[in-house]
Amino acid sequence: MSPQNHQHAPLRLADEADAAAARDEAESGQHRFDEIIADDSRIEPRDWMPESYRKSLVRQVSQHAHSEIIGMQPEGNWISRAPSLKRKAILMAKVQDEAGHGLYLYSAAETLGTPREDMYDQLYSGKAKYSSIFNYPARTWADVGAIGWLVDGAAIVNQVPLCRASYGPYGRAMVRICKEESFHQRQGWEILYSLSHGTQEQREMAQAAVDRFYGPALQMFGPPDGDSPNSQQSMAWNIKRFTNDELRQRFVDMIVPQVEALGLTLPDPELKWNEERGHYDFAELDWDEFFAVIKGNGPLSRQRLEHYRSARDEGAWVREAAVAYANRVSQEQDRDQAALIGA
Amino acid sequence: MSFASHDSATRQSQGEAITAEEIAASGATADEATARYALILGDDALMLSQRLGAWVSRAPELEEDVALANIALDLLGHARFLLTYAGTAWGKSEDDLAYFREEEEFRSCRLVEQENGDFGKTIARQLIFSFYQHELYSRLVHSTDATLAAIAEKALKEVDYHQDHAAQWVLRLGLGTEESSRRMQAGLDSVWSYVEELFTDVEPITELGDVAVLPSTLREPTLNRLHQVIEQADLSVPDMSGAHGADRSGRHSEQRGFILAEMQVLARRHPGATW
Ligand SMILES: [Fe+2]
Ligand SMILES: [Fe+2]
Repeated sequence: MSPQNHQHAPLRLADEADAAAARDEAESGQHRFDEIIADDSRIEPRDWMPESYRKSLVRQVSQHAHSEIIGMQPEGNWISRAPSLKRKAILMAKVQDEAGHGLYLYSAAETLGTPREDMYDQLYSGKAKYSSIFNYPARTWADVGAIGWLVDGAAIVNQVPLCRASYGPYGRAMVRICKEESFHQRQGWEILYSLSHGTQEQREMAQAAVDRFYGPALQMFGPPDGDSPNSQQSMAWNIKRFTNDELRQRFVDMIVPQVEALGLTLPDPELKWNEERGHYDFAELDWDEFFAVIKGNGPLSRQRLEHYRSARDEGAWVREAAVAYANRVSQEQDRDQAALIGA
Repeated sequence: MSFASHDSATRQSQGEAITAEEIAASGATADEATARYALILGDDALMLSQRLGAWVSRAPELEEDVALANIALDLLGHARFLLTYAGTAWGKSEDDLAYFREEEEFRSCRLVEQENGDFGKTIARQLIFSFYQHELYSRLVHSTDATLAAIAEKALKEVDYHQDHAAQWVLRLGLGTEESSRRMQAGLDSVWSYVEELFTDVEPITELGDVAVLPSTLREPTLNRLHQVIEQADLSVPDMSGAHGADRSGRHSEQRGFILAEMQVLARRHPGATW
């Protein structure tokens, strides 16, 4: 709508004309959108999209970005203490990748019209959610292995189908991210493999870490399908392709042979191959804990947020300086240009 | 899917040219003096990498988390090459040298051991050290020791980026706001007294001839370039002489003990373990 087109018409008429035009546009836009979704092809930033689709995507993509950022903390804490220089290098590269994932995802969300600063503010204020797994502590070196193997592993299972998400920039960001996540999972598995084939103490450390991260990792797929009201709509829009429970099952089926190769066990006495279903059966998870952590009462929920806030606060003067400097440079360029034209 | 193969998960490129593993496997053996020189260079890189690694998830912007981690990773790579090569003289691995030497056995300079402070101080330390390293490595590529020359060649390309990163930030902070200029100046003031130590000719460097680069010969070109950037950023070169009392021989900063306590704690709890 551009008001200046109607500046000579009576105000009331102009309003009505605008409203009618908007209705037409929405109608043809919706039609086109529905076609794209039905064809399973891609919505791009310039395409018309329903407001609810845009909102839901901003929420999902920004939550995903926040998870990458907060996710740097538990493992980042081990960079200084990594037990060999090679492990230190691999871990540093991994945590750096996560920062990069955050950048890709914030950029994807920005194409939906939400500025990055707004998303930062939401995380800062505690309004935004992120994956609750990162509110658990990384106490031992083996936790770094368990996080890589299970948490990045669950992320892959979740994210591979998202590479086909109907929103183009999101799907494309996921393709880049998934490639790196598989390195992450592998390095985690390798850490655990070295530990489980090492000394008695190392082996115990590895098993304890798997015991602690197994449940929370399975909960990364979200609540059971019956308790996940947004999933249906998200699947109808071709953002999500499988339900939470389907993805969780796929993950369990994937990690059972992997844990066997490690020579470790998963902390679930009910875990058993079900010939009929062609899947592993596993015990119900502790959903009370899950919802408590989601509400901000995870073991480290406050610590993670405070860490994020203090980094933002302490860096404020640097960001201000960068803006001031950029303005100064562009003013100088304008002046130079003006001088050139003048001459 | 199984990960039963034992390929490394290391995905950061250690360069086409050289890796720590290749140095270990190459059969090149450093003599005692060359090994002690490699320790001086390697310990500097290791300490600074350890310091910069602490910025990850704490940087002023997400892009800086990436940039500082990148620099820390490069330095860690250099440290791994140099410690691996040094270790060939004594039958020790990079990890033996990094994790099982005592505080007074390290040869790092005090500059790289200084606390991160605020971003201004970190950038001041980066500026000085990357400019010094750039001069150093651009000469060390001509070392008569083939391994050191190869390491320098690889490192030089990376340090080129490090000095650009630091200089850009010095300009932004120096010419940004009143606060940033004040903090950038305070950062320079805080670390400047450790500059001279970089240019002190200590043994074994003095005995190594064309294997090494004599630190005193780096002084003028490094300082000239530092002065240029500092002046361009409307800041002043601190007027102070070098802090006494260190010569890379075990008389080190107070901070070194803390750095090592953290870095070595896990490895020392499990001596002989593989990771
Ligand atoms: Fe990630
Ligand atoms: Fe990851």
